[in-house]
Amino acid sequence: MKIVPVRHPWRWAASGVIVVLVAMLVNTLVFSHVVRGGTREGRFQWGVVGHYLFATPILRGIVVTLELTVIAMAAGVTIGIILAVMRLSPSRLLSGSAWIYIWFFRGTPVLVQLFFWYVGISYLYQHLALGIPFGTAFFTLNSTTLITSFVAGALGLSLNEGAYMSEIVRAGIISVDEGQTEAAASLGMSKGLTLRKIVLPQAMRVIIPPTGNETISMLKTTSLVSTISVVELFQATQNISNTNYQVVPLLTVASLWYLFFTSVMTVGQFYIERHYARGSSRQLPPTPFQRLRMSMRHARPRPGPFRVEAPVAATYD
Amino acid sequence: MTDARPGYGSPSVSSIGVPMVEARRVQKSYGRLEVLKGIDMTVGRGEVLCLIGPSGSGKSTFLRCINHLEKIDGGELAVDGDLVGYRQGGDKLYELKDNEVCAKRAEIGMVFQRFNLFPHMSVLDNVTSGPVWVKKAPGGPSKDRARELLARVGLADKVANYPNQLSGGQQQRVAIARALAMDPKLMLFDEPTSALDPELVGDVLDVMRDLARDGMTMIVVTHEMGFAREVGDTVVFMDGGVVVEQGDPTEVLTNPQHERTKSFLAKVL
Repeated sequence: MKIVPVRHPWRWAASGVIVVLVAMLVNTLVFSHVVRGGTREGRFQWGVVGHYLFATPILRGIVVTLELTVIAMAAGVTIGIILAVMRLSPSRLLSGSAWIYIWFFRGTPVLVQLFFWYVGISYLYQHLALGIPFGTAFFTLNSTTLITSFVAGALGLSLNEGAYMSEIVRAGIISVDEGQTEAAASLGMSKGLTLRKIVLPQAMRVIIPPTGNETISMLKTTSLVSTISVVELFQATQNISNTNYQVVPLLTVASLWYLFFTSVMTVGQFYIERHYARGSSRQLPPTPFQRLRMSMRHARPRPGPFRVEAPVAATYD
Repeated sequence: MTDARPGYGSPSVSSIGVPMVEARRVQKSYGRLEVLKGIDMTVGRGEVLCLIGPSGSGKSTFLRCINHLEKIDGGELAVDGDLVGYRQGGDKLYELKDNEVCAKRAEIGMVFQRFNLFPHMSVLDNVTSGPVWVKKAPGGPSKDRARELLARVGLADKVANYPNQLSGGQQQRVAIARALAMDPKLMLFDEPTSALDPELVGDVLDVMRDLARDGMTMIVVTHEMGFAREVGDTVVFMDGGVVVEQGDPTEVLTNPQHERTKSFLAKVL
């Protein structure tokens, strides 16, 4: 007897709509033209975009953006781990001070914090000194020379990120079964050793995905430091469009670069997550290449209606 | 049972007459709930003591006190002649510092109901984790020793596997090997077979039986009455935070004196 498979008319209709929308998008991006100031030119001016995409000032801006992202995330994760451990400490003083830190830095906008570091510090404290509290100073520095706009930006982003990361790390730590800490203790491991070797590696599975989000978010948030006169990627494009008035093509340049780096990070995140999935899932998720190979294997002629085949055991190498 | 059988922990001359574990009026409360109401118990060297009793009777809590996982609120508890949690100096008792507690725990092996293997590490790394990280033992010999121990618990072919690729019984045997890798002078088992499928219990009990035969001092919280009778030197029945009855396994299990022991055994045997 012939088997009639279930039809999915709405799936076909939705696919049709999407095909039309994609066609419109390609058309407007690539083929459409407009007349601006009497000359006919491509709507998105890809020529201008291409001209500035690898311009030296832009590349310099990218370096600053990446520097800020790396510094802020590295410092943020470090501060986050310290704060998370403090918050989980039985000492009320430690957990309380960590709570206050988080309350303060999460409770004020990062833009305001950035301005505070940039103008506030040198206004409130003309000199910064290292020495004994309430006693002698070993050496003193002028705030305005120490807190450059880059330093202010890095400080502001790091301290703010620390507050968010601490909550992510804390969630990761408390997700690890208590039995793990007990087993480690029963082997004579110290608290620090247990945290480093047993708890944090397992907490990573919970910590990595939101940290990936934070890193991607941080890359974009660095554009805020343009307001305290750091020339990062966004400010670099602004500087150019301020002189040649090609505002939109340069915004496109900035967007393309941000997209490129967030894409790279997404790929990186996938492999880091896969690394930390060892031992928790019996089968690691396939990498895109493995998935491609698998789908090619599956694309072979399918079995007929009544031919039941044993499921293909996927082997990854 | 003070005859030190060969094979495990060469006892120092001075401590040879001292019992491995000695508890006097041990008390423990969680808030207002008194879990241990004055436990007296003595475990000799090489002795296998089986702790039985209904859940909530304080068996596991007592076991955890021996390993510093819980602090006692009253009485005295000594392991190998040293007070648990304190160091005696003159006429004062000094509370142990964290690193001293760790050093004490390193001498006592513990096996948990839910195995608690480290899931992010291979079986071999689980077993070498204690010696390498805590005792700072060199990696090569530690691995050889770990392989030897894994072979002994019948898992020589599983060294490279991760814990979640093993059955419960296999995981528990790895956990025993991991504890043995520290060369403990005392092994604590907290319901080691309660989380296992019935047909996997036997393998774990076999390993424990071998261990007992080799002279390891063991305290076993268990519901396996057959094991208690066959392997145990002493059976202690606990209920409501007190020791109700203790003695020779055959005596206690076949001819219990106390009403509560009788009614408990009637339910489990």
